[in-house]
Amino acid sequence: MMADHKIVLEGVAKTFGDNCVLDGINLEIERGESMAIIGQSGSGKSVTLKCILGLVKPDRGSIRIDGQDVVGLRGRDLEKMRAKFGMLFQGSALFDSLPIWRNVTFALTQGKARDATNMRKIAAENLERVGLSSKILDLRPSELSGGMQKRVALARAIAPRPEIIFFDEPTTGLDPIRADVINDLIVSLVEDLGVTALTITHDMASARKIAHRVAMLYQGKIIWRGPRDRLYDSGNPYVDQFVQGRAEGPIR
Amino acid sequence: MSAVIGLFASIGRLLIGALAELGRLAIFAWKAISHSVRPPYYPGRILEQLLLLGWLSLPVVGMTAIFSGAALAQQIYTAGSRFNATSTVPAVVVLGMVRELGPVLVGLMVAGRVSSAMAAEIGTMRVTEQLDALTTLRTDPFRYLIAPRIIAGLIAVPLLVLIANAIGIFGGYFTAVYKLDFNAAGYLNTTRQFLTATDLQMALVKSGFFGFFIALMGCYHGFKAKGGAAGVGRATTDAVVSAFILILLSNMIITLVAFG
Repeated sequence: MMADHKIVLEGVAKTFGDNCVLDGINLEIERGESMAIIGQSGSGKSVTLKCILGLVKPDRGSIRIDGQDVVGLRGRDLEKMRAKFGMLFQGSALFDSLPIWRNVTFALTQGKARDATNMRKIAAENLERVGLSSKILDLRPSELSGGMQKRVALARAIAPRPEIIFFDEPTTGLDPIRADVINDLIVSLVEDLGVTALTITHDMASARKIAHRVAMLYQGKIIWRGPRDRLYDSGNPYVDQFVQGRAEGPIR
Repeated sequence: MSAVIGLFASIGRLLIGALAELGRLAIFAWKAISHSVRPPYYPGRILEQLLLLGWLSLPVVGMTAIFSGAALAQQIYTAGSRFNATSTVPAVVVLGMVRELGPVLVGLMVAGRVSSAMAAEIGTMRVTEQLDALTTLRTDPFRYLIAPRIIAGLIAVPLLVLIANAIGIFGGYFTAVYKLDFNAAGYLNTTRQFLTATDLQMALVKSGFFGFFIALMGCYHGFKAKGGAAGVGRATTDAVVSAFILILLSNMIITLVAFG
């Protein structure tokens, strides 16, 4: 039974100054599953992702990936663990000093300018996967629209064929149609590449479309989790208030 | 009574805050150095930084040196004429330029140009999550961003100082020969006599430190920037101001120790 857990968080806690952001998170994500964490801005969704990636060190708790405890990993072990991950950042976080093709292949080259012909080919393949033409290979990120930047960032995240992909607010800042394009892309990538996905979002349409299961984070704890079909019928007043977007309710 | 305790508490908080900042800076500096001396290197990035930091600083450094050297010669002449010691002009120009003015002025000019640019660039990368993206793409920001800047600072600033010294001495020569009627050959001869290897070593040691501080402050403040555009603005200001202070402080210490 344990064998199928790709990611397990147990009692993960993190405090910044006086601000307790995570107060003992428990969460299991199955291999090949797409999980979404919903919650208000500032509820600790991003910190959860950063803890798993080793960008932030939790104060307490354990995080296991493929059964291996990854908290406090260093050097080569940390590198090996990170090689399993791809991440789509909220603002795309493309390197604006580099052309698109070097952005997309960054995980493969580690930023070194080598093997250009081959790398351009790989970049073009990955761009095609996210529905972009190879015409943009030599452009700079600032020359693209927000939606296209997001897709390039997606291509960059999948280029090294990670086992796990994190999506940080993948649809924020996009119009509803572009947002749905990204949702479709995420669904098809998760299926085609067989990756485990973890998305944090407060876009309910997006959560319902891309996730198999949804968990809600409130005041540093997971207060509800369930299949996406139950999201609007959870029986939990906090979840109800959140998914229906009401100002009135238990959440202040 | 409670007012006294409150006073001590706030002094203590300030002190603890300052010490914590110093500790963070020391850890950062240590990581920056250890990544600069160990492979793998990024030769392309180092060259890029040498160009930005060194080559593109040449015009402003050259102008600073020639204007300062020319003014310096006039002031030494004015002061010297009160003691019938105007013949000291070439000697004092060469010492003042090579040991003090050259390194300090170049350090300050380059800090103004480069520490600010580094803090702005790295700070923007921080607030747009590009630094996190680097890490998740398995590239250590210390290796990719910081080590090339530190290495470039250590190479470029001493070279700039050597060039500035030569130009500054020429500025002094210009004033002395064309305005104060010094004999050209005699002026150059005296300059050569008074310019010793120790002076040049001194200039190189100082400028090595300055180059390190310029890159370190730019990177450090950029790295810990937060809070959007305003945060990047603050980081830029802090980088320049702290680089200035460190340059002037370390210059004083080196001068006082070397001649103490």
